[in-house]
Amino acid sequence: MNTIAAKNLHSLRTLTFNIFRYDPKRPEVKPRMDSYQLEEADAMTLFIALNELRETQDPTLQFDFVCRAGICGSSGMLINGVPKLACRVLTKDLPATISLAPLPGFELIGDLSVNTGKWMRGMSERLETWIHTSEQEPDFHKIEQPMEPELSEKLYELERCVECGVCFSACGTAQMRPNFAGAVGLNQMARFQLDPRDERTDADFYEVIGDENGVFGCMTLLGCDDLCPKELPLAQQIAYMRRKMAKTRKGLF
Amino acid sequence: MIIGTVDLGRPTRLSAWMDIVQGVTGLFLVVFMWAHMFLVSSILLGKDAMYFVTRLFEGELFFGRAFPQLVSMLAFFILTVLFVHAFLALRRFPTSANQYRSLHRLIQGLKHKDTTLWYAQVLTGFILFFLASVHLYQLISHPGDIGPYATSDRIYSERMWPLYLIMLFVVELHAGAGIYRLVMKWGIFLDSNPKTMRTRLRKIKWLITVFFIVLGLLTLGAYMKIGHAHQDAVSQRYHPAIEQSL
Repeated sequence: MNTIAAKNLHSLRTLTFNIFRYDPKRPEVKPRMDSYQLEEADAMTLFIALNELRETQDPTLQFDFVCRAGICGSSGMLINGVPKLACRVLTKDLPATISLAPLPGFELIGDLSVNTGKWMRGMSERLETWIHTSEQEPDFHKIEQPMEPELSEKLYELERCVECGVCFSACGTAQMRPNFAGAVGLNQMARFQLDPRDERTDADFYEVIGDENGVFGCMTLLGCDDLCPKELPLAQQIAYMRRKMAKTRKGLF
Repeated sequence: MIIGTVDLGRPTRLSAWMDIVQGVTGLFLVVFMWAHMFLVSSILLGKDAMYFVTRLFEGELFFGRAFPQLVSMLAFFILTVLFVHAFLALRRFPTSANQYRSLHRLIQGLKHKDTTLWYAQVLTGFILFFLASVHLYQLISHPGDIGPYATSDRIYSERMWPLYLIMLFVVELHAGAGIYRLVMKWGIFLDSNPKTMRTRLRKIKWLITVFFIVLGLLTLGAYMKIGHAHQDAVSQRYHPAIEQSL
């Protein structure tokens, strides 16, 4: 339960939100920044603040939240220029003036809402981020091959990615070269490369990430690793795939 | 892979080679440059020490007499490595107004140290295309003009000092950032605890950069001082104390 300690009552501020506004369905209305004022509340997250703004001031404001707990990954936005999950950001950690903008690199749905799903699906189809097996009809009644607990824990760790798009928006490479697979894609490749159930060889992975749109495009700016809301070891996974891919396929061409 | 309507074909081994060679040439240049810095700074130990280093690199210890051509050859080799490294690093440069705009917006908004440092690396790399080429060409064409007096005269009387002064800062910043990024990029030496190692590595990187800048400034100052005192006898060469006493 959120209770306001009496001594803190006076420290609550009036926040100013400068919010990017644009509706691609109404191209005649130019993109602009709208300003809103809101009384700060105790333990207020941006999720709470934005909902209050929409309920009390501007019902046309578009933004995405589902789980409001950093699990669904839909609230990614630029908060004072930095991509973060808005549901996990407390207003008390921000200055009194807060600028909000949609994540760059994704199709804009409107205002703060972007279509990360479309990009993620494209990436997933391009890199084929699923288990590849020669079994035609998997028998679901058969007991699965056992896996070492350490390996299964490692896969589980990498599976925690919620595809929020923060790593892609924090990546200089991706912002300059939109065909780049991004940390989200390369991390998933590492996850399937480690998985013994996936029968793809390193040469097969090279086919999809062995170029400048893949692992050799990464310039190690490390924005992904520092800003991932799930704190995934993204730099390590990319380095792992880079080493694997560098060792794959002998000969120059 | 199909992007838009153009089938780019399958990724080739070339992408991997380019990335590996960029890293290997970069590593080589950094190690060479640091070693070079120590050798050049021998002037801080006195004119005789620097004279000895010069003669060593001209092969006198091995052949009985000096061959300045060896310096030319070494400089030409370094220029070639630099050429390969610069050519491969060009792949990383922003190439259009759009890319510069996206990058500037990201850097300004993100205020992320390693992203900003990367941009500094791009800019210093660009400056080095020119500064390092001038420096190396001078050595290729005048390999014999290295020595306590010859070098000091070149720096002071022939006014090479602005080039060396700028290059010192630019090259140390570029090398430090490069070596740090190379370790992060290939994920070597990091396996046990990458986050702590990265913080530690970044500290070490800055310490090394500052160390070499200070060493470089002291060295450049020493040559300037000798050059100033020697400005009226520019064509005169140094003869070590031991030779003078014979």
